[in-house]
Amino acid sequence: MKARHDLAVIGAGPAGMAGATLAAELGIDVLVLDEQETPGGQIYRAVEQPGLADLAPLGPEYRRGIELALAFGRSSAELAGGAVVWQIRADRTITMTRAGEGKEVAADHVLLATGAMERPFPIPGWTLPGVMTAGAAQTLMKSAGMVAEDGVVLAGSGPLLFQLAGQYLHAGVRPGAIVETTPRRNYWNAAPHLPSAWSAGGYLEKGLALLRAIKASGVPFHRGATGLHVHGDGRANALEFQSHGKTERVETPLLLLHQGVVPNPNLAMATGIAHDWDATQLCWRPATDPWGGTNLDGIALAGDGAGIGGAVAAEHSGRLAVLEIARRMARITEGERDERATAERTALRDQLRARPFLDALYRPADAMRRPQDDATLACRCEEVTAGEIRRQARLGLTNLNSLKSQSRCGMGPCQGRLCMLTATELMAEVHGVDPAKIGPFRLRPPARPVDLNAIMGFGDGTIPPEAALPTEPNAPGAKS
Amino acid sequence: MSESARNPEVIIIGGGIQGCSTAVHLGLKGVRALLIEKNYPGRHASGVNAGGVSRIGRFPSELPLSALSLEIWHDMESLVDDDCGFISNGRMKIAENEAEMEKLRERFNTVRALGHEHEQLIDQYELRQLEPDVAEHCVGGIYAPDCGHANPFRTTTAFARKARNLGQTIMEGVRVEKVSRAAGVWTVRTDAGEFQAPVLVNTAGAWGDRISDQMGEEVPMETIAPMLMVTARMPPIIRGVMGATDRILSIKQVPNGTIIIGGGYRGTADRDAETTVLDYKKLAYNAKIATEMFPKLKGARIVRSWAGIEGRMADAMPVISPSKTEEACFHAFGFSAHGFNLGPAVGSVLSELITAGQSNIPIDAFSIDRFAKA
Repeated sequence: MKARHDLAVIGAGPAGMAGATLAAELGIDVLVLDEQETPGGQIYRAVEQPGLADLAPLGPEYRRGIELALAFGRSSAELAGGAVVWQIRADRTITMTRAGEGKEVAADHVLLATGAMERPFPIPGWTLPGVMTAGAAQTLMKSAGMVAEDGVVLAGSGPLLFQLAGQYLHAGVRPGAIVETTPRRNYWNAAPHLPSAWSAGGYLEKGLALLRAIKASGVPFHRGATGLHVHGDGRANALEFQSHGKTERVETPLLLLHQGVVPNPNLAMATGIAHDWDATQLCWRPATDPWGGTNLDGIALAGDGAGIGGAVAAEHSGRLAVLEIARRMARITEGERDERATAERTALRDQLRARPFLDALYRPADAMRRPQDDATLACRCEEVTAGEIRRQARLGLTNLNSLKSQSRCGMGPCQGRLCMLTATELMAEVHGVDPAKIGPFRLRPPARPVDLNAIMGFGDGTIPPEAALPTEPNAPGAKS
Repeated sequence: MSESARNPEVIIIGGGIQGCSTAVHLGLKGVRALLIEKNYPGRHASGVNAGGVSRIGRFPSELPLSALSLEIWHDMESLVDDDCGFISNGRMKIAENEAEMEKLRERFNTVRALGHEHEQLIDQYELRQLEPDVAEHCVGGIYAPDCGHANPFRTTTAFARKARNLGQTIMEGVRVEKVSRAAGVWTVRTDAGEFQAPVLVNTAGAWGDRISDQMGEEVPMETIAPMLMVTARMPPIIRGVMGATDRILSIKQVPNGTIIIGGGYRGTADRDAETTVLDYKKLAYNAKIATEMFPKLKGARIVRSWAGIEGRMADAMPVISPSKTEEACFHAFGFSAHGFNLGPAVGSVLSELITAGQSNIPIDAFSIDRFAKA
């Protein structure tokens, strides 16, 4: 890792790997930083050394990741694994912790490919031990080969939930139940987008095949579930819900929740990238131009972190961002950029064709995003309930940042990642305004918690000038 | 529209702790105030400072004001119906060696000679009794048991809420463009129209000089961005509010277990964009000093760091003063990173100046024309 690179890519998932590979090809000196030691990101987690000996349960998409990782590995792009990036300044100085030490690296261009995270699923009891996200369970399977035991219950909505159910069945695990929360009216809302979705790269066929396999397995499949409630004293042991007018209860050793994915906001927000409220995907979304460019000069975004499109779309958006970076660096002309971009854009459009259908079908129910039960935790780090957020809003707080300062909601180690959407929507509900008016959080570095030791490593031996402040008794001290 | 919005007697520019406190104290005296705030109350320094409430380390000329403020802090609930998270867990300045201890002794004697008895000189044994986890090299300190800390945003919000409950109007998201006075009436032009009142108060914090400039009262103020960082929750390590003597450190552990580390290392502020940039090269020193003075901090995890935007006067003392060029105008800004804990009293002093023309608290040292004289 040199002190300065042409391009620094943050995140070695599909967008980062594809972008970096192309950049290297275009003669750009590129450094890729990732928290994991090996490339793949979340979607192709541990793609070079998968936890499972037999990759069949992970499906053919995972193989696509292997190809990407191979091409990336062959390129001249430098991967610095185990790097936790926690600050990117507007001058594109990147601060990170690597091997326990604080480090800085500078770049002329930065491409954030920081991916997606699962949407929070704030229902009563969601923070109990014995409850995990489906995505985390899938990561365990990919990286450590760990699968759940029989009787695991999967609840929520979205493709990943069914994908995981299919993977478990394939691996010989029999879930206790699948509890689907997709509201009935979503089917009507999604119907108009069906024709376009049919034409998109086999998404629907794959989905339908999965559903057939799940049904054929005989695993109890509850649809249109509402009023989810996790039971358990100190540890989750059952999920209660209403379905078809009846109250159901399924006992389980492990409950996996999922209701879609959203851009992972922390680093992008802490960097100062402007975000808009996406009323379709119900999340904060970085404001980007067609090349992933942001309000910050030389800092671009690609992949799901810029808006959910999936792993294949991420590759294309990663390459598009790099084409523009290459043009700015005069490695290619504008004409060459546009020519190469044509194929990428066509492929990207194809990939996104199923999006309106999926977004409409798997739009999480209002009650699953804005807890109806006021005792439900919204901010799990600081234990702020939905009721407290509503109360503060009624007392007159009008935005997410004043809520944070007043209630500590969003001040914990997750830096607001797990409560921002819930809090945004709860405050908007109380005030009857567009969520865009409420937030987002003004996130500050470090974008990830960092050891005090790593910060100490930044001292360069010169005592900063503040040390020369006047001292007692003629001074007030430096601060109150 | 309330009477205070339609027909204010005072317009206050700036909804930090000083402005909100002034609105409360005026309200208690039955004076209608309209407060104009460009963001929301407590957006900058008043809402994001470290929350220290201390008389230790104040200039001698600030001690009477500081004493009044501490009196208010100890009975905060009766003023604003909220204790503002104030905890009187003691404030200490720690000597790390004999030379520093000698300095603290001098300070102690100076303050005593002025008739203030709130500070105690403590030796190494007493220090360790009070702070068992302090590093062994620390030899003693100055201690003020009646000081402590409060929650800054909650405090400013509580003052804003109380002001509104008293009938005052706080306009949020309104930016002042120009102030002028004619025929005994102040006109404040904003991006949301013009407002008029006979009296004007400038509590615009790090932007206060932009108001005073318009009255021909230029002051040597720089914009600073004191940085802070906070750890994840930790077991009890620090009991009171601690400060170093010659090095830069202010540190406290708040009731939820998180530890706030600061002291005055500065990032950079852009007061037009209203943004700050943190400098970890400096925070590195903050971290080093903190760990040297409290070794149990080794292994602490920092979850957030930030900086406020603050105005610092050349002599590090605030301006709290009637305008010397205009009638019926009062300034209180440039608190130089120690305004939060003075705020409850500053509002009281300003309300007395406005209604009675004078205050029992001496404020000559904070006069706006002190720089011109020098």
